[in-house]
Amino acid sequence: MIFNIPFIAVVAMIFIGLYAVLFKRNLVKIVIGITIIESGVNLFLITLGYREGGVVPIFTSAPSDVAENAPGTMVLPVPQALTLTSIVIGVAVLALMLSLIMHIYRHYGTLDVRKIRRLKE
Amino acid sequence: MSARNIVAVVMFSILAVFFILTALMLSFGAPMKSQMDDYIITHTQNETGTNSAVTTIVFDYRGFDTLGEATILFGAVSGVLLIFRRVKK
Amino acid sequence: MSEMSKIVRTLSNITFPFIMVFGLYVIAHGHLTPGGGFQGGAVAASGCAMLIVAYGSTWIFEKIKVSRLSAFESLGALGFIGVAFFGLIFGGYFFNNFLVRTGILFNIIPKTGFTGSEFNTAGVLPLMNFAVGVKVIAGVFAIVVVMAYASSLKEWKQ
Repeated sequence: MIFNIPFIAVVAMIFIGLYAVLFKRNLVKIVIGITIIESGVNLFLITLGYREGGVVPIFTSAPSDVAENAPGTMVLPVPQALTLTSIVIGVAVLALMLSLIMHIYRHYGTLDVRKIRRLKE
Repeated sequence: MSARNIVAVVMFSILAVFFILTALMLSFGAPMKSQMDDYIITHTQNETGTNSAVTTIVFDYRGFDTLGEATILFGAVSGVLLIFRRVKK
Repeated sequence: MSEMSKIVRTLSNITFPFIMVFGLYVIAHGHLTPGGGFQGGAVAASGCAMLIVAYGSTWIFEKIKVSRLSAFESLGALGFIGVAFFGLIFGGYFFNNFLVRTGILFNIIPKTGFTGSEFNTAGVLPLMNFAVGVKVIAGVFAIVVVMAYASSLKEWKQ
C-alpha cells in the first residue's frame, strides 16, 4: 500500500531545492534551497534501512517475542547513526553561510547575485 | 528565454528522468542482507553492556566518526567568532 | 534589538527550567532510550535561545562574555578526547571501553533479551554523552549570541 512513496518524496525535495538554487536571485533564497537539498538527502539515508513491520533497535521494554530472536524484525541501526553526523555537518555549514551573507550585505549594500559579481573594492 | 536558461531546463529534465527511474527501482521495506547489522544487534548487550544499538554505534563501534564531527563543530564555532571579531585600538 | 514586554519575560522565566531539565534528561539517558549527546544538546540550546529573544541581544551580550563560552566548549572537547586517551592507556587501542567489566563505575551488564533499564550499565558512554552535550550547548549558544548582537549594530567598526 505504501509503494515507494518516501523515495518519491526525496526526489521531490531535491528538485525543489535545485530549482531554488538555480533560478532565484536573492542570496537568502539560495541558502534556503541548499538547506532543503540537505534535508532531502538525510531523509533518503534513513529510509534505506527500513524493514517491513520492524521495531526500533533498542532493548529497553522491547516486546518479548522480538527480543528473543534478536535480528528478526528490527530496523537496521547503522544508517540512523550516520545520519546524525550528517545533520550536524549541515548545521555547521549553514551557520558559516549566514555569517558570510551578513558580511557581504555590510560591504555591498545589496543582496542581488547579479550585482556582486566582480571583485571590486 | 536566453540560451543559458534553455540549457538549464534541458539539463534539469534529463536529471529528473534519471532520479525518478532510480526512485521507482528501489524496494522499500526489504533491504539486502547485511552481516554487520546482524552482528551488532546480537552482540550489543554482551560486549558493551548497552541497551541501545544506535548510541553504541555512534560512540563505541564507530567512535572516529564522532571525533571528526566534534572537530567540525569546533571549526564552525571558531569560524563564526572569527568573522565578527572586534579589534580594540 | 531591545527587549520584549513584561508578559513575555515572565513566561520565559517560568518555562526555562522545564526546558533545561528535559534537555539534561535526554542527554543523561542516552544509553537506555533514544537520544544522546547531540539531540539533548540541541534541545537545551534552543531553550537558551528563547532567553535571547525575550531579553534582547544587547543586554545578554553585556552579561555573558563570549570568551568564557568558548573556553567552556573547549573543555567539553578536551573531556571527550581525554576519555578516549584513557582507553589507550588502560587497554591496547584508542577508544577502548575500559569501564565495562573491570571498572569501578558503570560496570553492570544487562541480561540479554527483554529487560528493564538500569542506569549503572554501559561503561564509558555516559561520560562521553556529557562531554558532547556540554560542547553542543556552549557552541550553539555562542553562535546565536554573536550573530544576534552583530545584526543590531548601526555601523561596524572592524
